[in-house]
Amino acid sequence: MRKAAIVPAYNEAGSIGVVVAEIRAADPELEVVVVDDGSTDATAELAHSAGATVLRVPYNLGIGAAVQTGLQYASENEFDLAVQVDGDGQHDARELEQLLAPILSGEADIAVGTRFAGDRFYRPSVARRIGIALFAGLVSLIVRQRVTDTTSGFRAMNRRGIRLFAADYPHDYPEVEATVLVFRHRLRMVEVPVTMRQRETGRSSITVFRSLYYMGKVSLALFVGLLRPRPAAG
Amino acid sequence: MIETRLTFVAAVAVVFVLGVIVELIRRHRLQERYALLWIATGGVMLVLAIWRQALDGFAHLIGVAYPPSALFMVAGLFVFVVLLHYSTVLSRLSDQNKTLAQKIALLEQQVREKDERRPRRVA
Repeated sequence: MRKAAIVPAYNEAGSIGVVVAEIRAADPELEVVVVDDGSTDATAELAHSAGATVLRVPYNLGIGAAVQTGLQYASENEFDLAVQVDGDGQHDARELEQLLAPILSGEADIAVGTRFAGDRFYRPSVARRIGIALFAGLVSLIVRQRVTDTTSGFRAMNRRGIRLFAADYPHDYPEVEATVLVFRHRLRMVEVPVTMRQRETGRSSITVFRSLYYMGKVSLALFVGLLRPRPAAG
Repeated sequence: MIETRLTFVAAVAVVFVLGVIVELIRRHRLQERYALLWIATGGVMLVLAIWRQALDGFAHLIGVAYPPSALFMVAGLFVFVVLLHYSTVLSRLSDQNKTLAQKIALLEQQVREKDERRPRRVA
């Protein structure tokens, strides 16, 4: 059984060493694959010396393409499981065991760590909460399954999931579309309640302008996506 | 008289633009496949600029009272089509660009891994 932790990182020199070490400590069987998304700092070197496999894309591609690169690595090397863990330290490696459980038991093809299901405590800003609720409602309708956290990038998948995303993954702000993609390809998805931490270093990429772009881009992709023919099962 | 002058100016402008396009193709600065839409634009503009009856007839057909306005409208429409075409080209290029970058990252990792496994040769 080969398991990979895909860690997209863009200028995360301040946290990447710790993130890699924590993942390896939490589950020594996980091969940590850091995708350096065109960083200008020492992210790649620090990840390498922390014991990670490092994939360096030649210039900044955005989170979606970076994650996809890691999944392509996992697909080419025939990994059985891949879990995405953000490089900024907000995903807690101690939650990995819980997140991986439904994949390892064969219960689901993809497991998404959610900050809302269960009794965990997470309170984002009002605007963000409205945005998340809006898309969560919309996606829940489309996939006919209750989805509570469509912005979570903390997700684990089996080989079917790896293959799907290695071939087809949204460019930027990929989480919402990826959820719909999973449903349309008839993969089984579960949500796993997790706690996320505040960012350790660096800044969140969310600004007013980007939020507007996010809403527009994701809505457009969702509606046009529904107009595409649904792929056959397999 | 004014209308004759307009015909003349429009025709000269279109011929000039077509000349520039041909020259760009000749110097390999513009691929034929991207020039075709521009040449079609220029061709239609030239015909409508010279052949007054056609322009008048077309203007009447779409309900434009002042025929030269119809000329501008046609030009605007063609430019719109060209721009939309460019957006699709841009999308395809950025997709291919992303795939290439990802491929490079994977290949580079393989090369580095091989290098690390092989004992260093002493120079």
